[in-house]
Parts: sequence; C-alpha cells; structure tokens
Amino acid sequence: MVHIKRLQEDGADIISVIGEIDASSSIELDLTIAKSLGEGFRKILVDCSALEYISSAGLGVFMSYIEEMKDKNVPLVLFGMKEKVANTFSILGLADLLCIRNTKQEAKKLADELSV
Amino acid sequence: MLKSKAIIRLAFLGSIIAWLILVFSDIMVLFSDMKGLPPGVPVWLPRVMLDLFIICLFYYYKYRVERDEGLNFTDLLWKVFATGLIATVVSLVFRLGSSLLGTTKLVSNILFTDFIYQINLALFISFLLAAYTSWKRLILYQKSKWLIRTWIIFEFCLFIVLIYDSLQISIPETATTLILVVIGLLVIVLSANMRWVAYLNFKQKWTCLLLLLLTFFYLGYFIYTVSRLSESISTESPAFLDFNSHIFNLCLLVFVVVYSNFSFLVILFNLPTSSVFEQKLEEVINFQRISQSIQTEQNEESVYNILLESSVSSVFADAAWLEIQSANDGNKLFTYKITERESKDIRDHLKSHNIKGALEQSSDRTRNLSKHLASLKGARFRSLLSFPITVKGETIGTLALLKELPEGFNKEMTRIVSAFANQAGISIENFRLMEEAFQTERYKEELKIAKTVQKSLLPTSLEAGPDFEISAFAESADEVGGDYYDTLRINDHQVALIIADVSGKGTTAAFHMSQMKGIFHSLAQQELDPKEFMERANRALVFCLERGSFISATYFVVDSKTKTIRYSRAGHCPVLYFKASAGSTEFLKDKGTALGMVRSRDYCKFVETNEILYAPGDIMVLYTDGITEAKNQKGEEFDYPRLEAALKEVTEKSSQEIEKHIIQRLYEFSGSSEINDDYTSMTIKFK
Repeated sequence: MVHIKRLQEDGADIISVIGEIDASSSIELDLTIAKSLGEGFRKILVDCSALEYISSAGLGVFMSYIEEMKDKNVPLVLFGMKEKVANTFSILGLADLLCIRNTKQEAKKLADELSV
Repeated sequence: MLKSKAIIRLAFLGSIIAWLILVFSDIMVLFSDMKGLPPGVPVWLPRVMLDLFIICLFYYYKYRVERDEGLNFTDLLWKVFATGLIATVVSLVFRLGSSLLGTTKLVSNILFTDFIYQINLALFISFLLAAYTSWKRLILYQKSKWLIRTWIIFEFCLFIVLIYDSLQISIPETATTLILVVIGLLVIVLSANMRWVAYLNFKQKWTCLLLLLLTFFYLGYFIYTVSRLSESISTESPAFLDFNSHIFNLCLLVFVVVYSNFSFLVILFNLPTSSVFEQKLEEVINFQRISQSIQTEQNEESVYNILLESSVSSVFADAAWLEIQSANDGNKLFTYKITERESKDIRDHLKSHNIKGALEQSSDRTRNLSKHLASLKGARFRSLLSFPITVKGETIGTLALLKELPEGFNKEMTRIVSAFANQAGISIENFRLMEEAFQTERYKEELKIAKTVQKSLLPTSLEAGPDFEISAFAESADEVGGDYYDTLRINDHQVALIIADVSGKGTTAAFHMSQMKGIFHSLAQQELDPKEFMERANRALVFCLERGSFISATYFVVDSKTKTIRYSRAGHCPVLYFKASAGSTEFLKDKGTALGMVRSRDYCKFVETNEILYAPGDIMVLYTDGITEAKNQKGEEFDYPRLEAALKEVTEKSSQEIEKHIIQRLYEFSGSSEINDDYTSMTIKFK
C-alpha cells in the first residue's frame, strides 16, 4: 500500500511517497510522475523519507523516466531515503544513474544546478 | 397394493356383476309382485345391488379419472362429454330397437320396460358418476386444507345417504331434510371453486362451453327418459324401485347440474377477460426469456432485442427504440417499427426543448414524456414513455416506447416495462460478471503455463569441476517470478555460472527469463570476459525489454587452472563468500547496474569485472532477493546477517547440505511453508 502526496515549493514539484511500493502500487507512482511531467514542472523531487520498501517494479518506474527527463532537461532528484531503501537502489546500481541526496535542501540545490 | 389398472378392471367387473344381479332380482321382485306371489329373492337385494353398482362404478371412475395426471381441463370435460355420448347412443339404440319392435306384446310387457329402465338408469348413473369425478378434480384444483375437508364431509354425507337408501330405515322427516339441506349447502359452497376457469385461454373457453352445453343436453335427455319409464312402470307395480325415491341419485344429479351451471356461467362471463389473463402469462414468459437469455450462450445484443420485443408486445406499443451507451464503439440503437431518422428527430426535439433527464443516459427514472411530443411537428406518435436501463447502479441505456394514440400508456403498463428493463439490467450484469470470471480463469490458465515454462527453463543437472561442487534450489510462489540460474562448461578448465532475477511477474517474467537463458547459452560459449558478457547481454536485452523492465544478474567464470573466479555483478544481490583460510564471510558489493537500465553504449561505465582467488573449503552462495526479503510474522526481513549466520553454522559440510541448512533456516524464520516470493539459491563449495 502506498500513499502519494504532491506539494509545490519554489517551482519544484515535490512528490512524497509514503508506505511500500510493490508491483501493484508502482502504477500509482508512475501516474503521479507522468502527471507532474505533463503539468510542465521543470524540477521534480521525490521525498522518500517515508518510503518503507520498494520492489523492482517500483525501481523500474524511476528508471523508465530517466531518459525522458534527460531529453526534457527536467532534473529528478530523490532524497531522504532510509538505509534499507537506499541499499536496494545501490545493489541494482541505480544509485549511479539517479540523483540521490540526503536532505531536501541538498536535493533542491542539486535540482537548481541541474536545471540551469 | 393392487395396481390401479387391476383396480379399474376389478371395479368395472364388479359393477357389471352387481348390475346383472340388480336387473335379475328387480325383475324377479316385480314379477312376483305382479303375480301376487312371495318373491324368490329378498326384497332388499335390488337396493343393495344398486348401492354396490354405484360404489364399484365410483371407484372405477376414481381410478380412471382422478389418478390420471395428464388430463387438463378440457380433457376432463371431454371425458364427461364422451361418457355422456356413449351412454346416450346406447340408450338411443335401445329406444330404436323397441320402436322397431312396434307395439308387440313384449314391448308393452312391464318386465321388458323395467329392463329398459334399468339399462337407462345404469347409463345415467355412470354418466353422473363420471361427471362427479371430473368435477371433483376441477373443484380441487389449487386445493386448500379447508377445501379438502369440505369435500370429505360432502362425500361422507353422500355415503350416508347411499346407505340410508338401501337400509330403508325410517328416520324422522326432519333428519332427512337436515341432511338434504347440509348437502345442498355443501354443493353450493363447493361449486364456488372455479379457479380452473382462469387458466383457460380463449379457445379453450369456447370448447368448454360447447362441451358443457352438450352435457346439459345429455342430462336433460336422461332425466326425461328415466322419469318417463319409471312413471309408466310405477303405475303398474307399487314394488317398483323408483329412481326418484333414491335420494343419493337425486343428490348426485343436483350436484352435477349445479356445478355444470356454475361452470357454464362463469366461463361465459370470463370470456371477455380471458385475453388479459393470456397477456399476463405472456409477460411471465417474456420475463423468463430475458432472464434465461444469458445462459444459452447469447450475447448482450440478444438481451436487448428480447427486451425490445417483450416490452413492445406487452404494452402494444406502435414503435420503440433502445439506445445503449457503450464506451468502446459509440451508442448502439435498436429500433422497432421506427426509422433511425425518426427516432433521432424525436430525441433532438426533446433535447432542443431542454427536457432534462428524458432520454438522457443519466436519467434514472421512468418518465412519461407524451406531452412534449405534441409540440413536434409531423410526428405520428402522441405517446412516449422512457425507461432507464441500469447495470450496477449505472445507466447504460434508455428504452423508449411510442404510441400513435394520445394517453396510450397506463400505470400498469409502465410497471410491467419497468420490470422488464430491470430484469434486462440484471441479465446484462450477470453476463458481464460471467465474462469477468472467464477472464480470470484464462489468466489463471496463463499463469499455469508460465509456471511450467519457468520450471522447464531451469537446468536439470549442474556442471561440476575437479575442485568444486554445485547445488541449487528453487521454489516459486503462486505468482510466477523470474528467477534464473544456470551453469555451462566453457572448456576443460572453465565453467560459467549465472544467477539472474527478472523484474516483474507472470508470463512476461517467464518470457524474459527465456531470453536471458538464450543469451547466457550463446554468449558464455564465446569465452568472454564477464564485463564483456554483461555489455553484450545488455545490448541484446535493450531490444527485448520494455521500458521499466530490467534483469539483475551476476555472471561468473570459474577457472580451475588458475584457481580464480572472475565475475561481473549487474545489479544482482551481492554474493556471499566464505573464505576458509580466514574463517570469515563477506558480501561482494561491487559496482554494477542491472541489465536493461542503461539503454546506450555507456553501459560499459556501469559494470566491471572482478577477480578473486579461491582455495579449498571456500564457499560461494548465490541467491535472489526473495531470500533476503523473506519476512517473518512480525514483518522483519531475513536479511543479510541471518543468511551469513546460517552459512557460518555449516561451513564444513558439502554444498548440498549447506544449501539444505540455509533453506531450513529460512523456513524456520518465516514460520510457514507458504512463500510469498521465489526462493532461489545456488551454492558452490570448493575442494
């Protein structure tokens, strides 16, 4: 079960993911990111501080947006990951592909740098 | 128990014998009376024989008519009519015979007259009893407890009368009158049971009327003949057994006549309303058609057609249409005696007059919209009724019925059609539910196939080297996952190993797994460096994997000549390695991104080849995330430390035993034999 909230701050769309993302709930995450992109946000941050677990399908969602965002020059930054979740990202080697930061400030800063 | 056929024959035989004795004894009595001699047979004999005759005949008809379930109402009346016909014809033959004999001595002989009289009486009684038995069935149609009790009392009274007749005990006049009054009342009460008439259709009613008329004719004929004969005999001899003095016969006659009259009148007055009843019956049948239409492999379309047809025929609509809103292929229109053009005109007209909820799909009420039609020029219809068709609380269509007459629909009709529309909605809902069930079934079947495919993709035997042994374990959950492991001998000193996990589940996972197997078997033979292997595998998979899908894998080349393990990790769970010399375990967390994630040639930057030297006693455990992520009841994960600990307990054992032990620990931890993910592991023990 997952609960997803959206919040806008300084022109960035902050998507908060609360709970667990498995095969079925990953669709919701997918839709949220697609919506955010569709609404034309130039910076997308994902708050993972309340994310308890993410399955391979959930990781697939982030992965599937990497190229599209690169093309559109919209930075996607994840932040506040718990150790276990971060471990999942690093084992799959996604840590090298995605921008991951510890705090919101750092994430915002990175997004600002990237979007310029 | 005697069979009913035997009883029928016995009763018939009994009645004939009784009648023969009756005739013989009666003539004897009459003869001796006329000659003034003491009778050779007892005087009571004819009376008792008459009773016996009646009882036997009663049972004869009881078993013939009452037990025959196949008879319907007209059949019953027909039976009465046929019996009457035979009786009359026989009687007429005798009459003809006697008239042919002319005024001979024989004809004027009182004994001969008595004989003729007895024949006629027997025929008359048998006709009356046939009618009595048939009427009984008609009266007891849709019986109630009360009705059955009344009937039993009635039959009992008749029986008492019969006994009384033959015993000739003189009881006070008042008692006789009382019994007669009781019987009379019972006859009237019973005759009020005319429910069967309602079930006759128009044609049957006419047939019944005709049959009843003929029955009246027979009755009249026999009453006339029998009373004429008895009159002529009784003037000659006082000892004659008069029909009129027999109260039972009179009661029977009264009952038959009264009920026949009642039936005749009731049927006659029911004639005009029979069409209404027939229509009700047709409605019930239509209802059944709608609800059953689903079972017989029909589709939604046929439900709509039946609905349209039934509604039109139930309310005598001149035209109708049914509009069904459908998400995929636009609105569908079914029409009856109205062109699409005309129906569109009416709809447009209503829309232009802003009549809310009329034929709109959102309408949830039945509406009579006749008044709005008046303002439509050139329309031939003056009445319009619209009904919503709802499935799961959602309106999916509208049924519109039209009539050329103004005020053409009444409340009754509205109710019927609204019931039809509801039933159609339910039928369609059932139909859709059934479709869904089929889909689920198909999906399950697909999963089963996927599972078989997945199983067949795993190797049946594993390679082994001179200095190492391998064992593997795989157990999959209900949902098919995509865990894969395999081994391949490259040359005499090199063996390739792989463990992989395909993202996602079900058929696609099994499909990707088979691709991975193909890639492994073709690339491993080429003696590639593990990093090169991953790069090429990635390049091949990019074209097979859809966006968001990936495969995590670790590829090893074990070289028994150089005692090295060269491997490359692509996003797969880190290998657990036990070093015997140090007695320590570690997870080999090297850099590496899963296959399919980076879709360009840049992938080479994300993978690397690592090398370790192995020594005897070293153990390598490959596994998938199903094992580390296995949860216990508290929701805790098995995780890396527990896996490590499990291995450390059995480092001295063979690969197979190590594996068994780890899996056992895993099951102990999860606390159930039910698994929610795939458990796959491969253990390599070096010697």
